Amino acid sequence: MNDKPEKLIDKKGLRLDGRKADELRPVKLEVGVIANADGSAYIEHGKNKILAAVYGPREVHPKHLALQDRTVMKCRYHMAPFSVQERKSPAPSRREVELSKVIRESLEPAVFMEYYPRTMVDVFIEVLQADGGTRCASITAAALALADSGIPMRDLVVACAAGKVDDTVVLDLMDTEDKLGGADVPVALMPNLNAVTLLQMDGILTHEEFEKAVNMALDGCRQIYAMQKEALKQKYVNVSEETKEEAEE
Amino acid sequence: MTAIITRVKKKQLSDLMAQDKRADGRGLKDYREMKIEQGIIERAEGSARVLLGKTEVVVGTKIEMGEPFSDTPNEGVLTVNAELTPIASPEFEAGPPDEMSIELARIVDRGIRESKAINVEKLVIEPGKKVFVVFVDIYVLNHDGNLIDASALAAVSALLNTKMANYEIKDGEVHLKPGYEQLPIRKHPITVTVAKIEDKLVVDPQLEEELVMDARITFAIDDDENICAIQKGGSGYFEPNEIFEAAKIAKAKAKEMRKKLNW
Repeated sequence: MNDKPEKLIDKKGLRLDGRKADELRPVKLEVGVIANADGSAYIEHGKNKILAAVYGPREVHPKHLALQDRTVMKCRYHMAPFSVQERKSPAPSRREVELSKVIRESLEPAVFMEYYPRTMVDVFIEVLQADGGTRCASITAAALALADSGIPMRDLVVACAAGKVDDTVVLDLMDTEDKLGGADVPVALMPNLNAVTLLQMDGILTHEEFEKAVNMALDGCRQIYAMQKEALKQKYVNVSEETKEEAEE
Repeated sequence: MTAIITRVKKKQLSDLMAQDKRADGRGLKDYREMKIEQGIIERAEGSARVLLGKTEVVVGTKIEMGEPFSDTPNEGVLTVNAELTPIASPEFEAGPPDEMSIELARIVDRGIRESKAINVEKLVIEPGKKVFVVFVDIYVLNHDGNLIDASALAAVSALLNTKMANYEIKDGEVHLKPGYEQLPIRKHPITVTVAKIEDKLVVDPQLEEELVMDARITFAIDDDENICAIQKGGSGYFEPNEIFEAAKIAKAKAKEMRKKLNW
């Protein structure tokens, strides 16, 4: 793990895993994966493996958090101890607390919160394996889980990062690129509303590079958005096929 | 932690905003009056108090010896913590840090860390074993909005004012010597927060404005006018062109402040 590659992009312009600068990692999405949850989704984004489950709208706990004019969204982003190279303590870290907050704030604009006063919607995210870009993959999965739960939404939320490695702006950084690269810019988007609901950055970028990175990330978001909608439809295709089979039996 | 604002007040603020005006008479791109005092806590290795209008933040720094992280054996350690003291607002409660104070500390941390403001290589006593650990503790004393910019300003001011002990190594042991050295600072990140209210972008939102804003976005800008950290916050959204506009505002405000501060 300690042998750092000298260059993150080779002479042909290809990255460590053979991708081009503006190429996404393979993404696999599945909706309705947790039987007990009101809504759920699973994402594999590169080597990231993440589950999201939604419970609610349900009774507010503790009660004093209840709001009279809208629902309260709670979000917990959590990494499994075995999800990273060195075991992560299962207690929530400061990073996880911050990410839970920004992920919640990226989802809230999509939900008609005012439809369910005095209730709570819980969004639970478990990162089973991490490989850079977990917050983005988590948002993509959590939005699907919310949609799957049937809560009315303005749009899906989809997220993707761009960044800089070896002075080149690239899409969708994996772990090594994130750690050794120059900057990481995660972005979440509601594509139909052209609304950015999450934006963070660390590293160093000029203003030109920053604009380029944001536009590249937005483009990545739109690509994943198509897959998100397909995954949502697929659940109902599966259900209708199952019922057809049952009818034939 | 959800403060309440009356509908009348909310309407008043948004009506003003529609005419490019603000409740306290400022322009949309104006900061409140800013005051910085350094070295106010003698016991701390470095300290600063920042007043941004009625928002008041004190930062104290302490330096201790400790171990470096295993992946950065040749670098000293920076630790940033924020306390939203119950003194500062009727909304704040004593207790372990909540998500608001953790986010605040991590935004300030990112600005300092990513701009490479502290020359951490110079904080190494024995590579892989012993380094100086710089603790930056943010103390919010009065909350009237824009804690992020006030805290970041106070943190960098305190670091500029921080002294570290002289030492020598004798027989493999570290001995402190009399006298002090300045903490090696090479960059001065400036943090600018832009809030979106009624589709208008304003800088330095005060508390009332934070309660009605859609969302905020914070940029840390380094000495070479590069962006070194960003955080969007709040349960609303920005359109991409609003983000690029906010970045331009942040760049211009940072330049203006840098000149004033002589950083």
